[in-house]
Amino acid sequence: MASNTNFEKYKSDGSLQGNLLEWFDARFPATSMWRGHLSEYYAPKNFNFWYFFGSLAMLVLVIQIVTGIFLVMHYKPDASLNENGIPVAFASVEYIMRDVNWGWLIRYMHSTGASAFFVVVYLHMFRGMLYGSYRQPRELIWVFGTLIFLCLMAEAFMGYLLPWGQMSFWGAQVIVNLFSAIPLIGEPLSLWIRGDFVVGDATLNRFFSFHVIAVPLVLLGLIAAHILALHEVGSNNPDGVEIKKRKDVHGNPLDGIPFHPYYTVKDIVGVVVFLMVFSIIVFFAPEGGGYFLEYNNFLPADPLKTPAHIAPVWYFTPYYSLLRAMVWPLFGIDAKFWGVVLMGAGVVILAFLPWLDRSPVKSIRYRGPIFKTLLTLFVISFVLLGFLGTKPPSYAFFGVIPGAPVAQFLTAYYFLFFLTMPWWSKIDKYKPEPDRVTM
Amino acid sequence: MSNECKVDGGRRRLIVATAAVGGVGAIAALVPFVSSMLPSERARAAGAPVEVDIGSLEAGQMITVEWRGRPVWIINRTTHMLESLPKLDSEMADPKSERNMQPEYCRNETRSIKPEIMVVVGICTHLGCSPSAKFKSGTEEGMDGGWLGGFLCPCHGSTFDFAGRVFKSKPAPDNLEVPKHMYLSDKRILIGEDKKGA
Repeated sequence: MASNTNFEKYKSDGSLQGNLLEWFDARFPATSMWRGHLSEYYAPKNFNFWYFFGSLAMLVLVIQIVTGIFLVMHYKPDASLNENGIPVAFASVEYIMRDVNWGWLIRYMHSTGASAFFVVVYLHMFRGMLYGSYRQPRELIWVFGTLIFLCLMAEAFMGYLLPWGQMSFWGAQVIVNLFSAIPLIGEPLSLWIRGDFVVGDATLNRFFSFHVIAVPLVLLGLIAAHILALHEVGSNNPDGVEIKKRKDVHGNPLDGIPFHPYYTVKDIVGVVVFLMVFSIIVFFAPEGGGYFLEYNNFLPADPLKTPAHIAPVWYFTPYYSLLRAMVWPLFGIDAKFWGVVLMGAGVVILAFLPWLDRSPVKSIRYRGPIFKTLLTLFVISFVLLGFLGTKPPSYAFFGVIPGAPVAQFLTAYYFLFFLTMPWWSKIDKYKPEPDRVTM
Repeated sequence: MSNECKVDGGRRRLIVATAAVGGVGAIAALVPFVSSMLPSERARAAGAPVEVDIGSLEAGQMITVEWRGRPVWIINRTTHMLESLPKLDSEMADPKSERNMQPEYCRNETRSIKPEIMVVVGICTHLGCSPSAKFKSGTEEGMDGGWLGGFLCPCHGSTFDFAGRVFKSKPAPDNLEVPKHMYLSDKRILIGEDKKGA
């Protein structure tokens, strides 16, 4: 990015020749940022379907922020009971749904947006695994991305408490109690998180604060870092070859095209298709069959009675399965602590992917049968872990194959996939990478 | 025009010292914010004892009362229920209630002051869900054939007997907590206080 200061355009009396844009550019890097990040940011010309999900994640972020701003105008984070004996927070969500003009639409956009966020982010992450987008020199983009994923999980978890329904309450109760499993500091830590001896008004208010301001601020910062790091090194592509190696006479990558207008227009196609699907869900199936909005959450929080079956929202269920898989105490510490460790490790291990993968090529197109097989099994086990996480621990496939040992087996696979990667990614067969991208 | 300058050791030390003192100040400034998230004085003061009339509690029945925001169960156990307890000793993680999950006066076979009346906090020691009553023995309420009655935590499948003792190899590490309590009269219980002893 050349510095485009326009000092030479000042006349001796300090006024500026030329137009308003030049006046701006002399004071703010408007044109240079536009060029650096859009009109002269060269992206590989062979982006395919998988490259929609980054821009779609940005779209969902905007939907969540805008709908969130309007929800906060009517929502009340208050666990006390109103004159009808209903918690004020729960009643304020019902009020939004029933009495606020278009409130139902704004709320359903926000609740569906949460699930949509995880759909596009999971696909976006999977794209990274397919094409080796996390490999050198893009390690930091991937690490920032993992942090974004963690923030997103915190954001979704705290947002889920706000309607103050049964699932909100008991979900928070279980997850906050997870921290009490940490030896020595666990009990004081979970007390500090709750702000009371039980999940209550104090917890609701602080989760509201984190959900609407603290976590979104961190999230925005991380997204800025994610994109700045991406634009520093340039995008990967389905062939996993560096387009910066071959440049034209102007110094631009031969296989690159300016992000704007080429990919802005392409992404608009993705946005249109996404919004069609999104609208269908918002208008016709906002509860997502009990997966986007769980039925028990239509009951106000009751601290005296746990619903017969509690499960997290679908996007947490693979990690919830990791948590439940650990039922043996180790080194004299309760099994629940190790469950928490497994769940945390399940997310954190993603950040190490750039250093675990020792393959000489990046893209699945040129990788061998071991990678293709193990990755397929990884996807299957992730989906199965997610499925089992929605079921009670006593669940059995077809009523005969008990789910709990299957989840334990899949948990072992989840970690072995990553931990043994340095070995199997080295011994796998490879095809030679092409010199330039293919279409 | 070289950019190399000699490092002035004295200035460097002053800069380090200034940064260190400033850093201590910045950390000290965190204390009020971190501390503000702990339970407030009002939250600490809450939690007065709860008085419960169990005059109408029939044998085999259970009532739930709220104490410190948590469910406390009072169960009037039948002789049949009490008879199931010793049979289960070998399947329990802590059959003799050796861990500190009850006041001294409830460290006994029935984990109670009066054998039939069980007072217990209905919060699973695993992750804080409230277990469901599965009082009927056998498979009638979806349990397995050898089930003698007790409680099942819906969250992660821990099971407890009629004295709130946890079964072995379940996610919950400890027996359910028995709160401090005392009898004000034959049919009135005060939960949360035991000054008179009992």
